[in-house]
Amino acid sequence: MNFKHKYVFLFPGLFVLIGILIFPIIFVVRLSLSGWNSYNGLNFIGLENYIRLFTDDPRFWQSFFRLSFLSVTTVVLQYVIGFALAHMVWKDIKFQRFFRVLFLIPMMTTPVIMTVIWRTFFHESLGPVNDILSNFGMSPKWLTDPTLAKITVIIVEVWQWTPFMFLLLLAGLLSLPKEPFLAAAIDGASPVRKFIYVTFPLMAPISIGAIIIRLIEASKIMDTVYVLTSGGPGTSTETSSFYIFIKGLREFQMGYAASMSFTYLIIMIISLTFIAKGLTKLLLKD
Amino acid sequence: MKIIKTCLSAAISSVLIFSPMAYADKWSDQFPHIKATGDIAGDCSYEEISKKNYKGKTLKINTHAVPVIGQPTALHAEQFAKLTGAKVDVTHTPAGDLYAKAMVPFKAGQAPYDIVFGFSNFINDWRQYLAPVPKKYMNSTEMKDVTKSHVGVSSWDGTMYQYPVDGDRHYLKYRKDVIDNPEMQKKYKADTGKTLKVPTTWKEYGEMAKYFNGWDWDGDGEKEYGSAEVMKKDDLMFAAFFSRSVAYAKNPRTPGGFFFDLETMKPNINNPGFVEALGDWVEATKYVPPGGINFGLGDEIGSFGGGQTLFSFSWDDAFIAAMQDDSPIKNKVGAAPLPGADKVWNRVSGKWENQYNQAPYIVWGWAVGVAKKSKVQEMAFDYLCFFSNGANHQADLAIGNFGVNPFKNSDFDPQLYINTMGWDADIANSYTKTLNDMEKSKNRVFPLRVRGVFEFTSAVATGTSKALAGQLSPQEALDEVAKEWEAIVNRVGKKNVQEDYAVGVKMEDNKL
Repeated sequence: MNFKHKYVFLFPGLFVLIGILIFPIIFVVRLSLSGWNSYNGLNFIGLENYIRLFTDDPRFWQSFFRLSFLSVTTVVLQYVIGFALAHMVWKDIKFQRFFRVLFLIPMMTTPVIMTVIWRTFFHESLGPVNDILSNFGMSPKWLTDPTLAKITVIIVEVWQWTPFMFLLLLAGLLSLPKEPFLAAAIDGASPVRKFIYVTFPLMAPISIGAIIIRLIEASKIMDTVYVLTSGGPGTSTETSSFYIFIKGLREFQMGYAASMSFTYLIIMIISLTFIAKGLTKLLLKD
Repeated sequence: MKIIKTCLSAAISSVLIFSPMAYADKWSDQFPHIKATGDIAGDCSYEEISKKNYKGKTLKINTHAVPVIGQPTALHAEQFAKLTGAKVDVTHTPAGDLYAKAMVPFKAGQAPYDIVFGFSNFINDWRQYLAPVPKKYMNSTEMKDVTKSHVGVSSWDGTMYQYPVDGDRHYLKYRKDVIDNPEMQKKYKADTGKTLKVPTTWKEYGEMAKYFNGWDWDGDGEKEYGSAEVMKKDDLMFAAFFSRSVAYAKNPRTPGGFFFDLETMKPNINNPGFVEALGDWVEATKYVPPGGINFGLGDEIGSFGGGQTLFSFSWDDAFIAAMQDDSPIKNKVGAAPLPGADKVWNRVSGKWENQYNQAPYIVWGWAVGVAKKSKVQEMAFDYLCFFSNGANHQADLAIGNFGVNPFKNSDFDPQLYINTMGWDADIANSYTKTLNDMEKSKNRVFPLRVRGVFEFTSAVATGTSKALAGQLSPQEALDEVAKEWEAIVNRVGKKNVQEDYAVGVKMEDNKL
């Protein structure tokens, strides 16, 4: 058999890769060098869009820092809650299977629909949350106060995606070897010590993977913001992806939106690489 | 000649209003939507459309989300399919995405939809991709009833690209049972020393709204509030802001541009007139229902239409919702022109003029066109003609959240509302008078219709929402908008924007 024949078998996969990954990236780069909008075509304007982005668009950078805050906060909360829930049903408890399925339900629901339901819950004059809280003399402005609106977005994101973290961490816990736990038990280690010195270190590799996967997903927060607050009040919940959406698909500044998308992609690749390295250093000391 | 025209117009109106009986039994049995009038004779009546055979053909429509305009689109699609045998696919899209949903394929040279719905101010960006309305439909019975201003709204340079299905303006809606109530008037006078009446200035509007905010003034056991307004970012809030601005910034003595100075193309958006209006609007956040600064159009309709607030202003829909048979406040609401102001900014002298000013804001409304690349253009135009035929139009007008509002001469006859919708005569009269007076006003403001219009309105939405959220002061917010507008003008090209804007200015200056 000719050795070169093996390349023939690579072509189908290669074509798919070019079609769905390489071509769109190249097209976005080309688009970002154009002024494509409702009144211009795919003309070539060089680096004009990038110059505008780096010198004259503080809103993009504000939305980026807002996104960083939202994604780091939600992922940390998801990790802590997800780990706690996974740890709880990892042990032999009553109704273990029921809880395992119950905790996964939020992830199985459609995010946009769930966000609409959350929006109804948090509706300040018609929603049930304020209806209950008003009995105690409280009526928080869940969606119209700049700080509370961010917290509302965090609550919805944590509710929706903690099950994903739970699933990964539970799979990790179930695959841990039993010997270290037996040794710790023989040494008389308390449950807290067992968790700190055995469970947590053994879970470090899977924790890093879970956090990075969730950070990648969380950095694309879009549907929650779109449905819940439209980036408001003002621009207080506007994230990078929502801002790019406004510029590209609302205002139809396709060229400029492409330059923001590409810049955003580069920033995300670099920052996630550093975060992954940092977490590895922190959690995998040995 | 004028008398003949008036008589002819009255005759056509009477025929359109009172001719239902001819087909009433036959068609309203099958289509209960038109039970109030039955079919109304015309080129696109049920009778005429039923003679068409579009079996085996598919019509694809992109429209707004349900209910506003999305619901009548779907309903008439279903009726059209039943009558002609056509297959009609309706896609529903949120308001903010209608523009791009059509523009992306237009730009790529495709036509995934035969019919695209949007706002009438998209006309300049869309017209090159839309098929002009054929003569046959221009001469139809239905089209002859459309008001002159709405024929103009749907056209560019004398060619009609958008098929008229709706006509909109912003006006004031108020709770008649409160404002006209002698007991409330006495109480208001005793508490504030002022007279309770239909507000004629925004300051009066604010004072009354604040007074009637947060207590149960209609005795239904629930708290009511001052005003329901469209304040949600990107949900047509820019139009609500312009409604509040016209009183302070549209000066009949300074022609040559409301949004820009047509000569220099310098934005007027941050002049003291607009800043005063934004200051009032920020103040309004104190008398809207809880969560009111997140209200979109649907929320506003539900809030005022459901009896939650004393005032509202914007499109007809909230008023119609309040006047529906199932409304708790049917025949308890009134219509009046938008409030004015006791001073108006003179951008030429750079000074306030201390005299009363009021300016109607003709927002126009939903617009719809047929894609130039559509392969079923005739069927598409038949559908649109059917959509707005006499029977459908009158039935749609009666449903608040349908988003279909008066744009035909026959719509301004109060008898239509009294006879077919059960309105009290004085309410029907005040409603049609309010709309009619706006048509006649010489100090009207029309929406911006320039290339890249969405960039301009999006900048206004972002700036004003920052002010409403307390992130920036009104002056800072509008300075930011003006800076953005200047950048957009530079990007689009000053001459291009100037050329487009001149058409609107001509209309505002009563030269067209």
